[in-house]
Amino acid sequence: MRFRAKIVDLACLNHFSRIINTIAKLAKTCILRLTVCKLYFILSDKVANGGASMWCELSQGNFFDEFQMEGVAAEHNEIYLELVPENLSRALKTAQNAKAVKIKLTNKHCPCLSVAVELPSLSSSSRIVTHDIPVGVIPRRMWNDFREPSVPDFDVSIYLPALKTMKSVVERMKNLSNLIVIEANLSGEMNLKIETDLVAVTTHFKDLGNPPWASEDGCESNTQDRDLESMAEACIDIKKLLQLLAGQQVNPTKALCNIVHKRIVHFILLHEEVSLQYFIPAIA
Amino acid sequence: ASLDNARHLSSLLRAVHFQDHATCVATASGLRVTVEDAKCIQANAFIQAEIFQEFSVQEESVMFRISLSVLLDCLTIFGTSSLPGTSTALRMCYRGYGYPLMLFLEEGGVVTVCKINTQEPDELLDFDFCSTKVVNKIILQSEGLREAFAELDMTSEVLQITMSPDKPYFRLSTFGNAGSAHLDYPRDSDLMEAFHCTQTQTNRYKISLLKPSTKALALSCKVSIRTDAQGFLSLQYMIRNEDGQICFVEYYCCPDENMSEAEL
Repeated sequence: MRFRAKIVDLACLNHFSRIINTIAKLAKTCILRLTVCKLYFILSDKVANGGASMWCELSQGNFFDEFQMEGVAAEHNEIYLELVPENLSRALKTAQNAKAVKIKLTNKHCPCLSVAVELPSLSSSSRIVTHDIPVGVIPRRMWNDFREPSVPDFDVSIYLPALKTMKSVVERMKNLSNLIVIEANLSGEMNLKIETDLVAVTTHFKDLGNPPWASEDGCESNTQDRDLESMAEACIDIKKLLQLLAGQQVNPTKALCNIVHKRIVHFILLHEEVSLQYFIPAIA
Repeated sequence: ASLDNARHLSSLLRAVHFQDHATCVATASGLRVTVEDAKCIQANAFIQAEIFQEFSVQEESVMFRISLSVLLDCLTIFGTSSLPGTSTALRMCYRGYGYPLMLFLEEGGVVTVCKINTQEPDELLDFDFCSTKVVNKIILQSEGLREAFAELDMTSEVLQITMSPDKPYFRLSTFGNAGSAHLDYPRDSDLMEAFHCTQTQTNRYKISLLKPSTKALALSCKVSIRTDAQGFLSLQYMIRNEDGQICFVEYYCCPDENMSEAEL
């Protein structure tokens, strides 16, 4: 099992750091899956996470100048590591003006991801700061726990409103309630609602647009028969929603959510080189 | 009532937000929001009817008690940062006793509807502070006091205010762990807009009660400081909002009873 990669371009480095920062806000611990072409950050829906799960996918070619990976075995040319993304985020903070960053899987007392940041210095030899981030290697037999979640059979799919507005509103609502109801319909309308003994607040978003989903087998998608006005709703933990919204440092190219009535909300945020999916289950 | 820019209301209410609950009174002349603490201090925010684009009260006056924290969270639902050009439009409705206060806020095409439950209004303190019984009065430009109030020694239990026709004219004193601090303002200072002191008075007020007034001071351009024969303090802050309109916030405070005779 071997892994080494290098980023030299500052823009790629900053972009990568921003992605790690977003992941760090969503998960205390997550799985990093390395394949020949892609990196995945995965959070599976265990009770410890409050049932929320995450799948973030990026193409290594968009970020790394060098990328060499050898998996656990020839037929399973992948590596699964468990790590604390906050550690990686902090390591990358020192790399804001770096000349290069090299990441390597090493074994120093325990398996680590060594992040070596080469910093410019006044003298001819560069300064190198190395961060050793402890990781856990996930054995092959557990890989099935971290498969890509399938898109749920949703009732409504809708584009999200401006994340900045959504974030302001949800931030205020968090002061008033622990739970928030997201409801949306196929006419591009979405409402965020909270209700407690003291106060009820509803924010109405209109004209959001509903993304078209081509069904794979050619038959009518289950949303065709749906009444355009009827709302699908889910009541979720407001902190989880805020974590997702607050973690977005850059505006995504596409942001949408799929709601399975009273079951789960599936958020998809697409940037040019990275896609992030976040599932928040509904609370009964 | 309706208001084009909700910030005109929310920033003023924040200046009196030192307790969770407030009593609101709406009359034909406008809206008054009162917050009290410890039966010693009362803060009032006045928003005249003229500030609103639309303001109508069916009966002579309506009064209710409401959670100020919740009200402020709703008024600022679209965020507190003021981007130039964007403002939140507000519409408030109260149907009467027992009904919730309805707020309709709109910014950039997004509408938020809030329904806040109201409660029985409490008896409000009447400080019986009238202009004819004022012993000492000073009007200062707020910038002169802002730094002083922001840096008050909070280890001191009291803030002592001395007003006098003779030296030291106007003095703020604290007695904290590190020692006592005195801040004097001469009567001929540029910051002094008016100085009418008839008698030397030294009064002490619990500093924890007065500290919240710093918020009102920060927003204001002028402040009037008045005391009456019993040592009751009235602080009136003149606040100019984004559109240049004037509003007032008032703090009334009782003097601290535990004054040691030796200090007098």
